[in-house]
Amino acid sequence: MWAFINKLRSPKWFYAIGARLQPFFWLAAVVLILVGTVWGLAFAPADYQQGNSFRIIYVHVPAAFLAQSIFVSMAVCGLVFMVWKIKVVDMAAAMMAPLGAAMTFVSLFSGAVWGVPTWGTWWMWDARLTSMLILLFLYLGVIALRGAFSSRDSASRAASVLAMVGVINIPIIKYSVDWWYTLHQPATFTITGRAAMPMEMWAPLLIMVMGFYSFFIAVTLMRTRSEILRRESNKRWVRDLATEER
Amino acid sequence: MPVTDARSPATGRRTPAEEAREPGGGLAVALWATLKRDLVLLMRRRSEVLNPLVFFALVITLFPIGISPDPQLLATIAPGLLWVAALLAALLSLDSLFRGDYDDGSLEQLLLTPQPLPMLALAKVAVHWLLTGLPLSLMAPVLGIMLSLPAGSYVTLAISLALGTASLSLIGAIGAALTVGLSRGGVLLSLLVLPLYIPVLIFGAGAVQAAILGDGAAAHLAILGALLALALMLAPWAMAASLRISING
Repeated sequence: MWAFINKLRSPKWFYAIGARLQPFFWLAAVVLILVGTVWGLAFAPADYQQGNSFRIIYVHVPAAFLAQSIFVSMAVCGLVFMVWKIKVVDMAAAMMAPLGAAMTFVSLFSGAVWGVPTWGTWWMWDARLTSMLILLFLYLGVIALRGAFSSRDSASRAASVLAMVGVINIPIIKYSVDWWYTLHQPATFTITGRAAMPMEMWAPLLIMVMGFYSFFIAVTLMRTRSEILRRESNKRWVRDLATEER
Repeated sequence: MPVTDARSPATGRRTPAEEAREPGGGLAVALWATLKRDLVLLMRRRSEVLNPLVFFALVITLFPIGISPDPQLLATIAPGLLWVAALLAALLSLDSLFRGDYDDGSLEQLLLTPQPLPMLALAKVAVHWLLTGLPLSLMAPVLGIMLSLPAGSYVTLAISLALGTASLSLIGAIGAALTVGLSRGGVLLSLLVLPLYIPVLIFGAGAVQAAILGDGAAAHLAILGALLALALMLAPWAMAASLRISING
């Protein structure tokens, strides 16, 4: 553990190890997402109530999972950065944020699309929708705060603090929104496909979730590596790398 | 800020650096001095204290004009309107919480004192609440009458706002501390802070709704108190870290 943290201090090491790990995660992402998509869209049985429209969960649920996990990983990166001042970790957090916001948007949008045939409306002030919307605003806040500072070090530390504050608040927001929803509107819609799902529907979903996670790791590795090159462009090893490749 | 006695020991053995590090009277003195200083400063600029209150009254005036003057309709939406307007009014004054001190350099002095920064920041937030949150919660029942808020919910409205705005000040101060070093932090501040305000809004407006319906207001108020306790415990540390980032950056 300590050895790993100490190694993380070296962007060069991360750059090299990232290069080795990246292909595996890309391969896993492509294969899993392809298998999951084909299985989920073509072979999984249609829902007895929602028909084929339930199939949107194969995009919606993995995106929602990622949206939440990415924020937590951002906060963990923020903590590690604040405690050990490891630059690579902050670069990774910076690169995760837009992907997380995009995933939140995807899950909101797919939820809205799913809502049209199922609820008959694009938007409901449903507890889950509402807390996802708030999560999107939290992401936008972190991204905007990072962009607002002219000094990179302050930007990194401010974004880390905000991510940590946000992650403490996410459960509070989630539970209060749940309570607000039960107080204001009775839960008339239960999402039938989700509570008890037969194996044939559930397996492709699991594959899609794993595929999305691999995609997230692959993209983060790739973007962090380019960010390392950008931020360390005046270091010797980066220059050597550039001359080698020429 | 505590004024240290410059004419201390005649022995002359201590270096000036050591003297500077000497806490001039402990935490209580420092807290009291910070409180008093901020209160005096704000009382000298009364318009800054009055602005959120005027804003609150103005926004509440806009709603009947924009929606409908029908008392029945207004009564149903009054708890939410009052809470949202008070929340925005409290947000309005947040940007100036650390701004003046940042501009004239006294924030740096605050960071240099040997006293714990989280406590000093807490004192500043306490002043902000005393001059924003508390007046807002005292004023809200009057505006409630104008919105024909059902009787029996006025005390709950004031208590929920008093408890809630304290949490809002604490949470908002984190955002204010993060953005104080930025020249145009105002809009960013609301983007950072408003999502975090949602739990307080839910339980605050919920308390008033519950009081109108006749039961359960105490539970909402208890949760508002719990949120305040949590914010009191955690927010000062985040504030102190953010202030250090803003000053050193």
